[in-house]
Amino acid sequence: MASGFREEAAGWLAANFPPALAFKNPQPYLTDGGYADADADFCLWLRRIADKGWGAVTWPVIYGGAGLTVAHERIIGEEMARIGAFNPNRSYGMMMLGPTLLEFASEEQKLRFLPPIARGEARWCQGFSEPGAGSDLASLQTKCVDQGDHWLVNGQKIWTSGANHAHWCFCLVRTDTTRKQGGISFLLIDMATPGVEARPITLISGTTHFCEVFLTDVKVPKENMVGALNGGWTVGKRLLQFERDSLAGNRAEATPLTELARHYVGTDGQGRIANSDLRARLIRNGIRAQAYSHTVRRAGAETKAGLKTIAVSALKNLGAEVSQERADLIVEIMGNAGLGWEGQGFTAEEIEATRAWLHSRAFSIYGGSHEIQNNITAKQTLGLLDHQ
Amino acid sequence: MAVLNEEQRMLRDAAEAWVRDRAPVTALRALRQGTPAPGHDPALYAEMAEMGWTGILAGEDHGGSDLGLLTMGIVAEQLGRHLVTSPLVSSGVGAVSALRLGGAPVLADEWLPAIVEGRAVLALAIDEGPRHDPAAPGLTAAREGGGWRLSGAKRPVINGLAAHAFLVSAATPDGVALFLVDAGAPGLTIAPLKEIDVRGAALCHFDGVMVAEDARLSTPGLLDGVLDRVRAVVAAEMLGTAAQAFDTTLDYLKTRMQFGQIIGRFQALQHRAAALYGELELTRSAVEAALAALDDAAPDAASLVSVAKALAGDLVRRMGAEMIQLHGGIGMTDEHDAGLYLKRGRVLDMSYGDVAFHRERYALLNGY
Repeated sequence: MASGFREEAAGWLAANFPPALAFKNPQPYLTDGGYADADADFCLWLRRIADKGWGAVTWPVIYGGAGLTVAHERIIGEEMARIGAFNPNRSYGMMMLGPTLLEFASEEQKLRFLPPIARGEARWCQGFSEPGAGSDLASLQTKCVDQGDHWLVNGQKIWTSGANHAHWCFCLVRTDTTRKQGGISFLLIDMATPGVEARPITLISGTTHFCEVFLTDVKVPKENMVGALNGGWTVGKRLLQFERDSLAGNRAEATPLTELARHYVGTDGQGRIANSDLRARLIRNGIRAQAYSHTVRRAGAETKAGLKTIAVSALKNLGAEVSQERADLIVEIMGNAGLGWEGQGFTAEEIEATRAWLHSRAFSIYGGSHEIQNNITAKQTLGLLDHQ
Repeated sequence: MAVLNEEQRMLRDAAEAWVRDRAPVTALRALRQGTPAPGHDPALYAEMAEMGWTGILAGEDHGGSDLGLLTMGIVAEQLGRHLVTSPLVSSGVGAVSALRLGGAPVLADEWLPAIVEGRAVLALAIDEGPRHDPAAPGLTAAREGGGWRLSGAKRPVINGLAAHAFLVSAATPDGVALFLVDAGAPGLTIAPLKEIDVRGAALCHFDGVMVAEDARLSTPGLLDGVLDRVRAVVAAEMLGTAAQAFDTTLDYLKTRMQFGQIIGRFQALQHRAAALYGELELTRSAVEAALAALDDAAPDAASLVSVAKALAGDLVRRMGAEMIQLHGGIGMTDEHDAGLYLKRGRVLDMSYGDVAFHRERYALLNGY
């Protein structure tokens, strides 16, 4: 690659990244479309990235991408990190659906659905889980019946992140009730279709980006099925791999908690964090967090070199454990100041940390629970037989 | 496994094949039955030297290949897999590093070629009391005449029974220094320590041992620099030990029948295996990062070494215990290898700082 690309990227980013967004947490823009739309700086940043063609760096140009290499993508990412910028198009469509469509969709579907994802214009949500189908996803019941010129869908989805602000939903639906995995199809549903209703679910952390989605006599065009009829489980499983990939690496780097502990817990006569038990557990978490970030880096390097690497199911569990422990430690460090919900008497950082701790309990549930990941590791990586 | 270059891949494959053919666990069992000295099989060590492993860290001017610590770690991991016992770490890592970093070119020219050729074995005499505390040796070196008089005791001196010379840490008026002491020096007595594992460990008494002025190695950060190289390679060895313990246990889960089925079908055991796999991978990343950081002279190398050694200690403890538990009663027998893996894990964990030592060192390096 021409060595000039790094300078080009740095120059473009310096000129186009809105300084007001520097070092902001990008996560809320991903999970809350309403929050994203209301932020003029974010909208500007997303549009500039899209116009530059960097909304989907490695996708082919014909599908709205920049047609560049993974190496280019990494350089852009590194140059972004240098100035506190972030990729504004890190959406569910971009990370999960797009790569799946590139593998499984028809040419017409790719040309229709990929460019709006690359440009950050179409917001997608994931209609997989149901009230009766969580870890046992293949037991899903949302019914999809062939009505000749369209599909008719009835059922309910749950834990659908961002459904209340999504334009589209990629769904797993049941097209054959006589077979479990073999009776599932992969369907793309326009959220504006009559009969689609998304209701936010308030979580223990007070946030609402998870929704229930009710599907009542929803008519879906025949051409919106991806892959073969009753072939959706294969498509969905591949998409879940992309989801695990995106979840596994996204908590790699975290700042040490030493300053926070000094502030709230204080230090002893030798300048060490005062409480020896808390200090010991902070040290242990610091060590594991550092090893985890090296594991993410190693997995990336090995994947790039085409080598066998750590199972993503194990990586997801390690990351969830380290970050849950960290979120827990932060609240423990804050003591009574870590108990605030809102209003006076607590700083914004304290309240954010408390809510982040509550939210962190979801790390080991979403994207396949801790236990499901262990099943996958045991079966696919360690070659142990299915339990009976 | 890190992304290796062609040379490293070849070396790994060669080490794997050699250990399997020449030094399987039965070799350790044979050593256990033998007399205490020297604590390893000299014929096997000669083969290791012939393959160039003793020279991986030595410069080309001394007959070495200067391939670096990541490469040495690759070999150590393979040796750890089958519990090979040899002075490679003491001599090929510890002594070579001390002689390269110690600012004593005359000593280096005298000893490095012999170490690389496998003719000489050098041991590190660092530990004294029950706990690893290299910064505060009780053994003293006092100036006398044109040289130094060493007084004190060291234990355990790993590979001490095989050593032709020792690198002895001592408190001097100018801080801690290393002294190169010939095994035959008057006033030095070497007694065997029979431990749970075979490594030729010795108790060394230095009863007013006289050495010349030029036997002193003393450059800023020398002891830490030497110890960190040894620790990182030991962590790689521990990784291999744990990896093989895991593979053996996994094989057992796939073959042992109870209640009319393979026990590996039980989810309770599957999830334990999956968790062990995760810990193994986490530790591998830390070990490789530490070795690479030392090769690159990265500013956070010391911290990464402690991360790696602490995690490797956690890993071997857990893996050793789980290997026995998942094997059940057979794992408790001396005939089965599980106990050998548990013992080797414990010994390596205690070598050059255990989990608690390295967690605390990491903490102090990072402001906890």
